[in-house]
Amino acid sequence: MSIYTFGLEPLSCHAWNKDRTQIAISPNSNVVHIYQKSGKEWNKIHELTEHSGRITGVDWAPETNRIVTCASDRNAYVWTLKDGVWKPTLVLVRINRAATCVKWSPMENKFALGSGAKLISVCYFEKENDWWLSKHIKKGICSTVLSLDWHPNNVLLAAGSADLHCRVFSAYIKDIEEKPGPTPWGSKMPFGEVLFEHKECGGWVHSVSFSPSGDTLAWVSHNSSISVADGPRGKQVTHLTTDNLPLMSVIYVTENDIVAAGHDCCPYQFSYIGPEALGFVKKLDVPKQSSKGSMSAMQHFRNLDKKATTEEDHNEMETLHQNSITQLCIVEGPKTNVEKYSSVGLDGAMVVWTFKSCTTTSN
Amino acid sequence: MSKNTVSDRFRKVDVDEYDENKFVDEEDGGENQMGPDEAEVDSLIRQGSLMGALQAVLKNPPINTKNQNVKDRAEGLVLKVLSSFKSADIEKAVQSLDKNSVDLLMKYIYKGFERPSENSSTVLLQWHEKALSAGGVGCIVRVLTARKTV
Repeated sequence: MSIYTFGLEPLSCHAWNKDRTQIAISPNSNVVHIYQKSGKEWNKIHELTEHSGRITGVDWAPETNRIVTCASDRNAYVWTLKDGVWKPTLVLVRINRAATCVKWSPMENKFALGSGAKLISVCYFEKENDWWLSKHIKKGICSTVLSLDWHPNNVLLAAGSADLHCRVFSAYIKDIEEKPGPTPWGSKMPFGEVLFEHKECGGWVHSVSFSPSGDTLAWVSHNSSISVADGPRGKQVTHLTTDNLPLMSVIYVTENDIVAAGHDCCPYQFSYIGPEALGFVKKLDVPKQSSKGSMSAMQHFRNLDKKATTEEDHNEMETLHQNSITQLCIVEGPKTNVEKYSSVGLDGAMVVWTFKSCTTTSN
Repeated sequence: MSKNTVSDRFRKVDVDEYDENKFVDEEDGGENQMGPDEAEVDSLIRQGSLMGALQAVLKNPPINTKNQNVKDRAEGLVLKVLSSFKSADIEKAVQSLDKNSVDLLMKYIYKGFERPSENSSTVLLQWHEKALSAGGVGCIVRVLTARKTV
């Protein structure tokens, strides 16, 4: 794993470009910085300054090379690279509250935007008028939408919200795509239809993630639990409560392995094999045992005098991240076999982790 | 200074009550929840079977009911059982509980902290320490995030 600190400000969100040589991050402000990798260092090459409110979400579409940003100023912009400069295009999302999260669909022809206006705005480009239009999904949502994830079929959208519910909606836009085939979540998918809803997830649903095949859906909520809904098996939901602080972000790294991280500043691995078979595997940040050298008597008494204790200095946390992890992102490997993933946190650091599937033998 | 002669009662109106989009928790039929069985728990305590009393008092928690009396009665009963344990036995008792029971025990402990009585705080703190080592901070987070509690 490698760690890089981008400064002292917390990193609200991050997104990688296609070949992972550039990263877009926002340091808890209204600006997005794009850094280019050179050796072990990252150099800032662009600044996207159009938003007036704090940036809450960034997503970079790998194939079409477009960036979408959303902020608390109720706006979203789609940025395209023209002559080495990123040019913004305003998207008419028509929300009257802050935007909270944004995600490109797998085919990158539309994106979904969650907001505090209790609705999801699904936006697509209309060629005739050369602008981005939006359609709203409101059914059943009673509070802020906190997280979104697309199903691989480009139509279904999972949403976690502050009304303690986790839902799967259809975001089928007939103007730009073909009718989707049936899935384990349902066969009739008109726009805005709720195909799955889980009430009372125990707390705010901070993050949702579909498995690579789209058959299972995992989410983490604020009551320190992780849950998985199994589409093919009657959409049965399995919960697992943890002994740790709440998790903030969750991603699938294989069809059955899940990595989640949050306020404990450390990623955890879980595995889901079937209903009632959701289990904790291990902590993924194993700190190196720092050499506890023997303290001289002088040091001993100095500590006693200064700090009224003879214990060693515990100012730093044992984990790589020194503060909560806010977002996880896949870096390398196909969705079914992720090799590397990244995490950003409130400590301003970005860490790239290597994932070793349990089935591989270590030399 | 001019005196305000018009009524200022409007300042005490709870505007959230009139909000059409107000978030309401789902109502689960909690009318039949009576809390743990007092007679059963009392008899187990008298018999000296404290582990059994603990298991019994953690059954049927009055989570869904709105009846404050039922909740208070349950809390009082739990406190009675917790106080009757010897300090040395607390750890073993907590180890014998499953995850959900530890969460429920922690809910009762924090409820007990809200209204401290003579000896309750000491007893509750001892139980809190053991429950924390069994359930971790996640257990306490669940006490704080639970919308319907004992």
